[in-house]
Amino acid sequence: MPHSKVHNANHNHFGKSMTGSEIFVRCLIEEGVEVVFGYPGGAIIGVYDALVDLSDINHVLVRHEQGATHAAEGYAKATGKPGVVLVTSGPGATNTVTGIADAYMDSVPIVVFSGQVPLKLIGNDAFQEADIVGITRPITKHNYLVKDVRDLARIIKEAFYIATTGRPGPVLVDLPKDVMAQKTIFEYPKSVHLRSYNPVVEGHMKQVKKAADLINGAKRPVLYVGGGVINSNASAELAALAEKLQCPVTTTLHGLGSFSENNPLSMGMLGMHGTWYSNVAVSYCDVLIAVGARFDDRVTGKVEAFAAEAKKIHIDIDPSAISKNVMVDVPIVGDVKKVLKKLIDLVQPADTSDWLKTIDQWKKEHPLRYKVGNALRAQYVIHKLGEITKGNAVVVTDVGQHQMWTAQFFNWVHARSHITSGGLGTMGFSLPAAMGAAFGRKDLPVISISGDGGFQMNVQEMATIVEHKLPMKIFLINNGFLGMVRQWQELFWRRRYSHVELYNPDFVKLAEAYGARASKVTEPGQVEGAIRSAMEYNEGPVFVEFAVAKEDNVYPMIPAGQTVNEMLDTPEPVAVTAEGDVAVEEMMILTKG
Amino acid sequence: MAKTANTASAKANGEEKEQKHTISILVENKFGAFNRIAGLFAAKGYNIDSLTVGPTEEGDISRMTVVTRGDDQIIEQITKQLNKLIDTIKVVDLTFESFVERELVLIKVQSTTESRSEIMQIAEIFRAKVVDISSKTLTLEATGSEQKVDAIIAMLKPFGVKELARTGRVALKREFQGDV
Repeated sequence: MPHSKVHNANHNHFGKSMTGSEIFVRCLIEEGVEVVFGYPGGAIIGVYDALVDLSDINHVLVRHEQGATHAAEGYAKATGKPGVVLVTSGPGATNTVTGIADAYMDSVPIVVFSGQVPLKLIGNDAFQEADIVGITRPITKHNYLVKDVRDLARIIKEAFYIATTGRPGPVLVDLPKDVMAQKTIFEYPKSVHLRSYNPVVEGHMKQVKKAADLINGAKRPVLYVGGGVINSNASAELAALAEKLQCPVTTTLHGLGSFSENNPLSMGMLGMHGTWYSNVAVSYCDVLIAVGARFDDRVTGKVEAFAAEAKKIHIDIDPSAISKNVMVDVPIVGDVKKVLKKLIDLVQPADTSDWLKTIDQWKKEHPLRYKVGNALRAQYVIHKLGEITKGNAVVVTDVGQHQMWTAQFFNWVHARSHITSGGLGTMGFSLPAAMGAAFGRKDLPVISISGDGGFQMNVQEMATIVEHKLPMKIFLINNGFLGMVRQWQELFWRRRYSHVELYNPDFVKLAEAYGARASKVTEPGQVEGAIRSAMEYNEGPVFVEFAVAKEDNVYPMIPAGQTVNEMLDTPEPVAVTAEGDVAVEEMMILTKG
Repeated sequence: MAKTANTASAKANGEEKEQKHTISILVENKFGAFNRIAGLFAAKGYNIDSLTVGPTEEGDISRMTVVTRGDDQIIEQITKQLNKLIDTIKVVDLTFESFVERELVLIKVQSTTESRSEIMQIAEIFRAKVVDISSKTLTLEATGSEQKVDAIIAMLKPFGVKELARTGRVALKREFQGDV
């Protein structure tokens, strides 16, 4: 139903006396909420009763509350609209904690509504009681306990406002059972006034001018851009600035897609598993322009050495992100889109052709590489997927080696096409988050990519996905290992493998048991056909297991806390055979930009 | 390439001095606001020397006064993180301004017939009041700066301090900010 229609129909309810549960549902309709991910229970049963009569909202019954929070995150990241979760008290609420922490780290706007025992029982160790407001205080942008039904509508309005403005983040609203049963007159506030919360969006002109002066004097500038560009919908402004300056661009994991990798100025991702040339370019640049990024340790490595030669400009909407990890010369607090617009007008293009030539040379000498050959490799699967989709897909990854290979070898061209758990690094994120994205985006295929470890952490959502016939592509990169931990044990712990090999079920049978179409790929020759056939099927989910090489490493790699000087590039394709002959293996290369 | 100015953890090099700061915070007088602020200090590992909270002239606003320590960068992060909390209305680092500070202390000190008058002389010098008396103890109330409170405690220690309660520092900015 179109939003305006819902809105008009709803005004009839203003001024009527209704229960907290009815007010709750009316508020969601007022907010334009289309889908709620939830799971019922005793303390929230009244709210679920109110949902029966109001079919405007699509409630998706997940199979685990963690799945609900990740689904809400995936929905929010894919659409830019807030994700909504509804769960019961106690274990229902505590099961949302990982997803809330994930959303807090990655600045994802979600609003979690949890049931709570009646007010008079709070603190009595009542059945299914947990102090979820206390538990989530350090991992939410803000949270509320509703103590009076007359505050309910205002609090819900504030919750959505806080989640979606400034630096986005999760907000939790705890709903005691008796409060939701009380009645009051329903009035939905038109606007929010919070004297203590007024995010700065405009960006101080004096600071913008200082930044422009620095940029205009730069010979070797680099744009280092993060998820803030996507949250602010500022891809067009970023491209305009990069083009005007002829400035190379590197993105963080969450920045992937904010700047097309088909643009010659793109250097792909930087950081621990970034491209060789993006990391080297950052260490040689004279002006670093950080845009909507937060100098995370997986990006900087050893902070003392990160872009040590450069003057640094930092544009971010969160004042506390500035000079937290790395001291900067010109901080600009504001909305990325608004600040970039001002900056574009003030900068004078300098001649960067020598700098771009140097970077092109580095790109030729140190491209991303992987071995071709008879073994099936994850990099090849991702590389093919990028070629076949041309980047026109929403790709949701889990955590580990496949996540880094996808970041490296997929072809990122659109904002909101890449969704992953970056800050918290939550295994089990991909399947439910992709499900949430699939509820929000019907215009692009949604692809979930997981490893065999993470896939099993929220595998129960296969039931939800099949139930709703979501046309998702669920790709499992199965190497029988917790691959990233294995890689660290191989490289830094003398190959002493400790609890990283997985006993796995027959994944194809498992997917089929849930009712999904499923197949398994074991050879490179089958990859293209399997991907094409999955992309063409739209009647429901398709599951494809790729049985890849068991032991393979992600390169390049800057070991944790080290510098670009310690970067491990892809090993040379030379192998010594059993007979002592030296064989050169064939390598596939990929260059960004 | 060592550039200490680059890093947030220059404190590790021992180059930057830790300084005491008095931070005054106005917060919405709401359920959980105190927890949010105390929890922030705990979660981020910031030091708290003292923390006081109480109502202000406006019923729905509380004032918290925190005395904390850290180098410039840590103090900057503390004020930013405090501002980031939704319930925080205003954060002022009074250290950069001229301000009035007071602390109250109650001291229960052992006394005998012989020592009582000496203790009361000390109390008089510090303008402290006797608020309770027994055959074996005297309880004094003193207010003043932290240094004054430290001093009276030091003076009374030799007599035997049985119990002690300090409020921690409260502070307000001075209206006249010039040199006095």
